[in-house]
Amino acid sequence: MLMATSDRNLALAAAGGDAAAFSTLLERQYDRLFRLCFRLTGSQHEAEDLTQDICAALPAKLQGYRGDAAVTTWLYRVAVNAAHDRRRRHASHTRAAEGWGDWEVNRRASDADTAQAVDWLTQAMRALPEDLRDTLALVLDDMTHREAGEVLGVSEGTISWRVSEAKKQLAQIRAAEIACTGTTEAP
Amino acid sequence: MTDDLEDLKKLMDAATPAPDADTKALNIALAQKNFADLQGSRDDLRPTSDRPRRGVFSGVRNMLDALNTRAGLTASTALIAVGLVVFTPIGQNLLNPGDLTEGGVRAVAPRDDGQQVIGGRETKEEVQEPLAKSSSDLDALIQDLEVSVAPAPQVEAIEAEALSDAAAPSVQSAPAESFATGAIVAQQAAPSDRRAMRSLPVSPVVVADESVAIPAPANTEAFANEAPNPVKVTGDDPVSTFSIDVDTASYAVVRNSLTNGYLPNPEAVRVEEMVNYFTYDYPAPTNGMAFQPTVSVTDTPWNPDTQLIRIGLQGEVPEMADRPPLNLVFLIDTSGSMNQPNKLPLLKQSFRLMLSQLRPEDQVAIVTYAGSAGLVLEPTDAGERTTILNALDRLGAGGSTAGQMGLQMAYATAASMAREGDVNRVVLATDGDFNVGLSDPERLKDFIADKRDSGTYLSVLGFGRGNLDDATMQALAQNGNGTAAYIDTLGEAQKVLVDQLTGALFPIANDVKIQVEFNPAQVSEYRLIGYETRALRREDFNNDKVDAGDIGAGHQVTALYEVTPVGSPAQLNDPLRYGDSAQVNVVSDELAFLRLRYKAPGESTSKLIETPINADAASDAGFAAAIAGFGQLLRDSSYIGDWSYADAIALANATKGADAFGYRAEAIQLMRLAQSLSE
Repeated sequence: MLMATSDRNLALAAAGGDAAAFSTLLERQYDRLFRLCFRLTGSQHEAEDLTQDICAALPAKLQGYRGDAAVTTWLYRVAVNAAHDRRRRHASHTRAAEGWGDWEVNRRASDADTAQAVDWLTQAMRALPEDLRDTLALVLDDMTHREAGEVLGVSEGTISWRVSEAKKQLAQIRAAEIACTGTTEAP
Repeated sequence: MTDDLEDLKKLMDAATPAPDADTKALNIALAQKNFADLQGSRDDLRPTSDRPRRGVFSGVRNMLDALNTRAGLTASTALIAVGLVVFTPIGQNLLNPGDLTEGGVRAVAPRDDGQQVIGGRETKEEVQEPLAKSSSDLDALIQDLEVSVAPAPQVEAIEAEALSDAAAPSVQSAPAESFATGAIVAQQAAPSDRRAMRSLPVSPVVVADESVAIPAPANTEAFANEAPNPVKVTGDDPVSTFSIDVDTASYAVVRNSLTNGYLPNPEAVRVEEMVNYFTYDYPAPTNGMAFQPTVSVTDTPWNPDTQLIRIGLQGEVPEMADRPPLNLVFLIDTSGSMNQPNKLPLLKQSFRLMLSQLRPEDQVAIVTYAGSAGLVLEPTDAGERTTILNALDRLGAGGSTAGQMGLQMAYATAASMAREGDVNRVVLATDGDFNVGLSDPERLKDFIADKRDSGTYLSVLGFGRGNLDDATMQALAQNGNGTAAYIDTLGEAQKVLVDQLTGALFPIANDVKIQVEFNPAQVSEYRLIGYETRALRREDFNNDKVDAGDIGAGHQVTALYEVTPVGSPAQLNDPLRYGDSAQVNVVSDELAFLRLRYKAPGESTSKLIETPINADAASDAGFAAAIAGFGQLLRDSSYIGDWSYADAIALANATKGADAFGYRAEAIQLMRLAQSLSE
């Protein structure tokens, strides 16, 4: 909590125009931010693009920070919103490549992520509806349901429901995958 | 199910790649750049004072705002730059001497393709001729420019670029600084053009920076003032007590308002500070006295039936050759609001001026405060000019204002510099925006008073307008045994920090109190002009614990009383039907009796000076009276009848005297401005 307190002070100083505070804060939070971006997008390539978007917009966003939420909560909210914006921008693209197809396009775009398990995870995450994916990304990042609810602007109960729903769907995907093992080798 | 989630989490952790170091560096750099950009642009939105939106330039500004294409903006900028050269006195100065030849001409059209640029007409020869003897050629050039500029939004980008190229050298290659500044003024179409023009010859850098932050109006100024002193009946209340005040901040604020084209807020006018801005011809103290009181009686300019008593104090000017070493801690506000040309850049220049007045054995340290306080310059001998100047130059504005933390650090630094016999002073430079960390002004005052008693004094320099917290400045300086000055131009910086540096920094008498007892047999009514914020209770005069104002080396203090002689038709209060309660015990011709108390620096018991005020001490209050009248006009005082600005101007002109530095001439100019503005 000591860390969180001083993050908050840094963020407030940065909001007031202190460049050094801003740099320190960003250095401190960057890895965490990137990790979340990866979980929100599912590929290193996209995660880096998303992180860049967030970094570019962060100074302006930070001016609105009043210190009433923890920095991480606030930052995650920024990240989730940025991910949403990004998805919306790619809406037509996404519409053409829903679900597995989406993953397929991305897999071609980035030649990373070859390990089988990772593939499964990425696929599975991408197969989930957006709200479940966001929720899972946050919960898997050691956030409590309450914190995740704060970030996403929904109640704690909703998060709990979403988590169980996500688990259900993941189980289904896994079952479906076991049923037809050739899927991962689609062209 | 929980296990599933745990598995998933493990999987996810394993899958999450480490961020790419290069991309990370790039992203962070991007964020930092955006952050920096944002700080610059934010000042556009910050409240500032430079209020004048009226006047000639506002139209130009509106036009610039309306022209949103790059071509249009650039073209109009070039046009205005040329216009300034031709139509302003500064520009004319450039045109008249023969030295504006190549440079100035190139400034307009340096390129070979110049003739293409300007309306497709063959103007190259015209331009490259030795510069026009008269301005008619330039007029033609302007018309050419206008031809090409008129359909501004349609001007092609290439033309715009060429034009901007043409305009740009005018900034760099112009032979005289003032020309460069003029061009910049044109570019920003400064809303504060009048002030900018005024400061042109002395502070080109100041004006140049104005392009960075174009102020937007909003005003959070707070001024310390009280209702004007009322007329008192001598029979009821024969004793008037007040603390002296050597501040001059109010005059500079008034000047800044007037030159910006609006009448000052009456709250901002403290008459005594206006009167004390000027020096008068008082005899110097003799035989070791700290100061010499001079008393004179004259007719009141605005009322033929009353008299004006002028009490003048002249502080001794100690031998500066053997003055004690000086330890100065500059406490500089570098909050975001200081990022305006009339704030931080002016501050830097002012301190640069001041530095030349210091001796090698003096020490200087710089503490800044913004979001956090920091020691920017360790205590350094004033001889190491380069080190100090570099530290000054590195200062940049950003962040909010943690004033209290800064003050504490400044005092701590001052304490570390203190040596036996030295004079320690913290010089606080701010736009008055103590918005963080100062929860309790009273505690801050106590803190400063406490430090004052331990020998470290505080002076306050105010910069900029908009959120100038005059009240806080006054409170801090009054509690810190220092002076509060408002610096709006480099000229003022020269007066405060160079000409009067010794007075500002070396106290010769502390807690100077004035008490005047009027003789009811001679004076039926009296009124102290100004000093409203300095009133003391009668019993506090003899109480050495009560703080009062201080006089620095060479300082002058002037106080004016308007008194109504017994039997004068100007008497406002009718005599009581049943007689006065006060019995006149001593029959005397004296108008009043003046008592002064002061402490020598470092001492805790006061000394008393007494002198009677006789009606025959007639002399000419002169210029002080004119300024006092001017101040009362600005305050809408009801005591000056139908005395007008015209009368003030006439009186000031008649009593201007030698006026070596032109301060009085400037005051008369201000009176004229006020006269026009009030109509």
